[in-house]
Amino acid sequence: MAFVEFDKVNFSYREGEKNAVSDLSFSLEKGDFVALVGHNGSGKSTIAKLMNGLLVPTSGKVTVDGMSTENEASLFDIRKHIGVVFQNPDNQMVATIIEDDIAFGPENLGLPSEKIRERVDWALSSVGMLEYKKGTPFRLSGGQKQRIAIAGILAIRPDVLVLDESTAMLDPEGRREVMKVVSELNALGMAVVMITHFMEEAALAKRIIVLNEGRIIFDGGREIFAHAEELNAAGIELPVCTSVAARLKKMGYDISEQIVLPEELAEALCRL
Amino acid sequence: MKDISLGQFYPARSPMHRLDPRTKILMTVVYIVMAIGFTSSFVSFGVLALIVLLGVLFSRIPIGKVLKSVRAIIFLVVFSFIFTLFFYSAKENDTLLVHWWKINIYLEGIYTATKLMLRLFLLVMGPTLLTLTTTPVDLTDGLESLLKPLKLIKFPVHELTIIMSIALRFIPSLSEETEKIINAQKARGADFDSGNIFKKAKALLPVLIPLFVSAFRRADELADAMDSRCYRGAKGRTKMKVLKLRFADFVAFFLLLAFFFVILLLKYNWFGIAFIEAFI
Repeated sequence: MAFVEFDKVNFSYREGEKNAVSDLSFSLEKGDFVALVGHNGSGKSTIAKLMNGLLVPTSGKVTVDGMSTENEASLFDIRKHIGVVFQNPDNQMVATIIEDDIAFGPENLGLPSEKIRERVDWALSSVGMLEYKKGTPFRLSGGQKQRIAIAGILAIRPDVLVLDESTAMLDPEGRREVMKVVSELNALGMAVVMITHFMEEAALAKRIIVLNEGRIIFDGGREIFAHAEELNAAGIELPVCTSVAARLKKMGYDISEQIVLPEELAEALCRL
Repeated sequence: MKDISLGQFYPARSPMHRLDPRTKILMTVVYIVMAIGFTSSFVSFGVLALIVLLGVLFSRIPIGKVLKSVRAIIFLVVFSFIFTLFFYSAKENDTLLVHWWKINIYLEGIYTATKLMLRLFLLVMGPTLLTLTTTPVDLTDGLESLLKPLKLIKFPVHELTIIMSIALRFIPSLSEETEKIINAQKARGADFDSGNIFKKAKALLPVLIPLFVSAFRRADELADAMDSRCYRGAKGRTKMKVLKLRFADFVAFFLLLAFFFVILLLKYNWFGIAFIEAFI
């Protein structure tokens, strides 16, 4: 059995309402790097909350390390494995001093004081914010605040880090900061689930799952970028470089359609 | 406005800052009891002022910071001073200083009003020292620890203190939000500055409603985030910062008790010491 498994999951927020996710089945292993992409209302944020048991499927089953999220008694253990970072860093902080905030998770785990301090230092240095330990988060930039929010989850040492549109409110600089941290964490073996509507970010993942109307319409690697029309139909905007490449291809140039980043496009253009 | 984030906390390295928050809270309670219940003569007010002064010295806080706290109540103090002065009900041997129309001002009236003023000032300054030298987190931690015995009667101590610290944590966020909403309404032509007080209050309604909506939304998100960070109430929860009483805590507390004794002595003079008699 896979580490995280969604088995024919249906979920609707109110009875009789349209399903937010329908018949969803997929699985994740430790160390994976998956991007969940979809436009607003495609059910991607619902998936994050289903994964750590904040929401329970209307039908079907979500299991983490063999434990079902339906079982309230195992939620604590599930949340030790699955750490979810949400969109707005301001609404995820519980304390006015950064180190106190990071300590919140390990404190809930019931760790002894010295262990908590170790974890706080480790989590803060993993996101490159150790020097702000004694400071307050209010004066930080959006990207820095979100890195603090990620550190708050890291201190619990989850196996899977879920980022629920954690870059949506950030400026490009902040987005880059967060993406760099996330890639580094994945390189260290932490599974990452990136929920986003930016295709550029999704391109960093090894696996891309595209959602539309609560259903998976694509699950695979970067070849998705060749399916420009389908993506547009799902309400997803392609990265500028990808659409440039796609148009060039249409005009008859020999260029790959899987171009996402500006550097890649520059190189491909030079080779033409 | 954003500085509210740390309460009034004044970061510094000082013996007062290092004291255990529990000691400081208890000392503040004792101080308040002294100031309200047992100071009656000018000399005992002097003793209270000396306590505050020592506190300021040992906390390395510029005295201006402490005096600033008094500014907020100056209107109240002046008002009650005048009120007490004019409405002092004279006793037999009081000295009449001014008599004009229906107004009588007695020397004893001036004394009483001045004492009231001193009492109010000193009452504010003591607790201010507490909040200047203790972070809100330490304060709530200290409170949680002090209230622990109430758990025996099933009082939700942990819940109460976490509510307090989250409330403190969200003050700056909400005040920032209020500012944003006010600006947004102003941009659409709302007028907050003219009209009488009722008109002004009514103009605030379109600010309060979105503020409430956003506060509830934030609460919802925060609850999800706390759940996601394995929060399940006080159950199995430990603390990173373990409170520990040190020798200095005992010294500080007993010093305060010694002052308390002096004040009691000044009030009751159990031993009939002659020179104290003069002060009463």
